[in-house]
Amino acid sequence: MSPREVVIVGASVAGVAVADELRRLGFEGRLVLVGDEPHPPYDRPPLSKDLLTGRTEPDRIRLREPAHYTDRGITLMLGVPAVRLDGRRVELADGRVLTPDAVVIATGARARSLGEPRPTLVTLRGLDDALHLRRRLADGTRLVIAGGGFIGAEAAASARALGADVTLIEAAPLPFAHLLGDEMAAALVRPHREAGVRVLTGTPVQRVDRAGGTENVLLADGQVVHGDLVLAGLGSIPNTGWLDGSGLDIGNGVRCDATGATALPGVCAVGDVAAWYEPGLGRHVRHEHWTSATEQARTVAARLLGRSPKAVPGAGVPYFWSDQYGARIQSLGNPELADETHVVHGSLDEGSFAVLYGREGRLIGAAGRDAAAHVMRHRRAITAAPFPLQPTGGT
Amino acid sequence: MRVTIDEDKCCGYAACLSVAEKVFDLAADNIAAVLVEHPQGELADQAREAAAACPTSAIILLDDTE
Repeated sequence: MSPREVVIVGASVAGVAVADELRRLGFEGRLVLVGDEPHPPYDRPPLSKDLLTGRTEPDRIRLREPAHYTDRGITLMLGVPAVRLDGRRVELADGRVLTPDAVVIATGARARSLGEPRPTLVTLRGLDDALHLRRRLADGTRLVIAGGGFIGAEAAASARALGADVTLIEAAPLPFAHLLGDEMAAALVRPHREAGVRVLTGTPVQRVDRAGGTENVLLADGQVVHGDLVLAGLGSIPNTGWLDGSGLDIGNGVRCDATGATALPGVCAVGDVAAWYEPGLGRHVRHEHWTSATEQARTVAARLLGRSPKAVPGAGVPYFWSDQYGARIQSLGNPELADETHVVHGSLDEGSFAVLYGREGRLIGAAGRDAAAHVMRHRRAITAAPFPLQPTGGT
Repeated sequence: MRVTIDEDKCCGYAACLSVAEKVFDLAADNIAAVLVEHPQGELADQAREAAAACPTSAIILLDDTE
C-alpha cells in the first residue's frame, strides 16, 4: 500500500535522494523534506575542497536547483530541526507537528569536537563551518588539524593552497593505514610532507587550551603545538538525540534491517544516521559515504512504495573518494580486510597507481590515486572474483 | 534511450564505469566517454544505474521517443 504522505527528516544527500526516487517511482502523495540548516540542500564533499579554497561558492554546490523541488511537489521546510518522534508523529522545533504515514530519518551526523566550540576551535561539517574556516584562513595562518582522516587530509591540502602554515596530528602511526594498508597509506602521507605540512603521527591530541590569543594543543606525548586556529577532524556522531524516547533501537546510529526499516512501522532510516544490518558481516554498519547514502535512498524509496528494490551488481560495495593536493584517491570494497595486495597500475612511488586487495583468494577491494578507471572498473567483480585477477588486457 | 555526458559536470570519478563498464569509459582527459550511445535491455538498465550513481549528475539520458 502506498502512503499518502511521506516526511523525510534531513535534507542532505540521502534525504534529497529519497524524495527524488519516490517521485521517480511515481509516488503522488504529499512529500515533505525537513532540514535543520537554513540553506537549500547542498553537496558536502566540496566543503573541505573547492569551497574552502574559494574555487567554488555556496550557490554552486546546491544539490538541486530551486525549481527541482517545486516541479516535483517537494515541500522544503528548512532551518527548523525536528525535536521529537512519537510513532510517525514528527515534532519540529518551531512547534509544528507533522503526522505522515511514513517517516524517513535522514538526520546525518555531526562532527566530533575537541571541546566547546569557539571561533578558533572548530569542526568542518556544514556550509557555515566551511565559510567560517575560509574567512579565517589566510597566508601564514597557523592551522592545527587534529585527525588525519578525510576531513583532516583534505583541509590540510586546501589550507596549504591558501598559504596557511599547517600541522596535521594523527593518533595512529600512519593516517589511512587502517583503511588502505601501510604501503598505500605511506604513499598518501608523502604529499602532505612535500607540500610543507608538518605531520605528527602516533600521538593523539589530549587537550586544547586558549591563552594569550593562541590555541595551545597538548599532545599525549607531551608536545605542545601552537596555532591560531584548531580544526578537529575526528569523525562523526550520528544525530539521534531527537529520537530519544521514540522506542527506536539506537546504537551507533539508528539500527535498521538490510532494507532500511527500523523497529517502528512506517519509519525508515538512511545515510550517515543509519546503521543497516549487513547480512554478509552479521552486524549493523553505519556507512558515511555519499554512494552508500544514495544507494540506501533508492532501496528505502522502493520499500516505502511496497516494491522490492532491484538488486544492483556491486551495490553495497563500500566506496569513498578523497581529493588531496590535486589528486583523487578512491577506494572500493574492504581493503582493510586484505591478506594480499597487488599493484596493478603505476607504482606507489608515483603520482598515479592502483592497488587490488585480496583475501583468501577473492578480490575484496581496489584503491588508487589518480587511477579512477583502474579502480572503478573492478566494482562488480569485488566479492565475486578469484584473486589475483586473471589479466584481461587493457586494465 | 540516448546517453550523453555533460562534460562541464563530469569530474572523472568513474562511478559510471563501476556499474556500466560496457557503456562508459574514461577518456585520456579523465572525462567519461560513452561507448554505447543507444543501449538496449540490460545495458540500458546499467546506464540508468550509472546516471543515479554519478556524484556530479553528469550523465544525461534522453528518451528516444521524445
